[in-house]
Amino acid sequence: MIFQDYVFYALAAILLFAGLRVITSRNPVHAALFLVLAFFTAAGIWLLLEAEFLAIALVLVYVGAVMVLFLFVIMMLDINLDRLREGFWNALPVALPVGILMAIEMVMVLSSKHFSADMINAPVPKPAGYSNTAEIGSQLYTDYLLPFELASVVLLVAIVAAIALTLRERKDSKFIDPAEQVKVKRADRVRIVSMPAEKEIIAVTEPEAEKK
Amino acid sequence: MIAEVQTLLGPVWPVIWTLIKIMAIVVPLMLAVAYLTLAERKVIGFMQVRLGPNRVGYGWLQPVADGIKLLMKEIIIPSAANRALFLLGPVLAIAPAFAAWAVVPFDLTLVLADIDAGLLYILAMTSVGVYGVIIAGWASNSKYAFLGALRSAAQIVSYEIAMGFALVGVLMSANSLNLGKIVLAQSGGFWQWYWLPLFPLFVVYFISAVAETNRAPFDVAEGESEIVAGFHVEYSGMAFAVFFLAEYANMILVAMLAVLMFLGGWLSPVPFLPDSILWLLLKVAALLFFFLWFRATFPRYRYDQIMRLGWKVFIPVTLVWILFVGAMMQTPWAYLFH
Repeated sequence: MIFQDYVFYALAAILLFAGLRVITSRNPVHAALFLVLAFFTAAGIWLLLEAEFLAIALVLVYVGAVMVLFLFVIMMLDINLDRLREGFWNALPVALPVGILMAIEMVMVLSSKHFSADMINAPVPKPAGYSNTAEIGSQLYTDYLLPFELASVVLLVAIVAAIALTLRERKDSKFIDPAEQVKVKRADRVRIVSMPAEKEIIAVTEPEAEKK
Repeated sequence: MIAEVQTLLGPVWPVIWTLIKIMAIVVPLMLAVAYLTLAERKVIGFMQVRLGPNRVGYGWLQPVADGIKLLMKEIIIPSAANRALFLLGPVLAIAPAFAAWAVVPFDLTLVLADIDAGLLYILAMTSVGVYGVIIAGWASNSKYAFLGALRSAAQIVSYEIAMGFALVGVLMSANSLNLGKIVLAQSGGFWQWYWLPLFPLFVVYFISAVAETNRAPFDVAEGESEIVAGFHVEYSGMAFAVFFLAEYANMILVAMLAVLMFLGGWLSPVPFLPDSILWLLLKVAALLFFFLWFRATFPRYRYDQIMRLGWKVFIPVTLVWILFVGAMMQTPWAYLFH
């Protein structure tokens, strides 16, 4: 075994362990953090395949952005763990056949000859000056331009839709319009009243005092 | 001498040699962090017409004294805290701050890992830094810590976008993601550096860097007058010190990146002086002085103003300038942007 093999097996073991803990850990925050670990080790395995651009993009997008928002939401929800576990075993009659079926399907697909190791060529080591990043860029913007642009349009629609669905302006919120604040002149807020600095005290007249 | 050791150690040698190189980066970095804390106290002291620390070794040993004091203190773990995550928080805060230095070039050849997608790697590492803050805030099981963590996470995620877009302009001009190549693309003296053609991006990057590191005037995550110290309110002793170190290591990192990307790295500003690592250190020190100056000068931003600045001012500015740079590259004036 060469050094890379040891690295691969170490990363694969961590990845499997993290994946297992995502579905078995009781605390949702722990589960989310194990998912982060899983993404990180998966990026490490991609690095071994000399796909450094994709590996770093995986960390940047999934670990740096998606999982942060995930954690954010999970931490804000005050999840009652006992309520979650209630009736967990009632789902067994349905869950067990579905799980077994999925496992059989996966075994069938993975053991077929299309996925066997001799069908997939070992990656050819690239020369030292080879730029993975530049290669992906030129592929995306030449051969795969249309699918790439379509994917970005779909994402854009999703962004706009997500904002449109959740954006509700509350009537009672003390919303501040910075443009209005900047435009304010002194005359809008302050009224200068000219009055004498000293004033004669008017004596309280007798009838008014009696009324009290 | 090195050759003899090399034959003695055999296959283990590359690992040990890499570890030595890592130490050669981390040890000066830790020293720089320690003396940045002293510089901050001195500079702010002078700006407020006082002397700052001047007792322990005329002030020069103050960081050492602080370190010893924090090492001696007890680390208190709140009884309702999530113990494992509570201890993981500081580690996750400081690890990315150091990991990012792996690709930073100090000179033409002086770089630990000269990787092709260096800029992307740095962005990935700095975006991982937010986990330390979130985990620390949540695991403390305290409302102030949690509020600080939420503020900080929202702020870091927002400003990362503007920062990333600012760097897109740089890589468009330099035509590379490799930090060394980005610096070399700026060769030719002061007026060839990218601060000039990418001036709006430079300003946005630097202000976003201040916000990313949770420094004043964007330090609402700590906000000692509102939420006592934010995410690290429950930490004491060395665990607190690690957060402190991470903040200052991040400051040095973002200043270094600004220098590499907009101020020509190790390149000399004038043709009659040689390029040298001294220029790099000088430029980083100058930018760090700005960080300290900001803290002494500006009042803290209100939280909604921070969000507005990030999303409604900086992101549109960077988008427009990226479009402008892209359009100009198709015109006869393209040489100005390369």
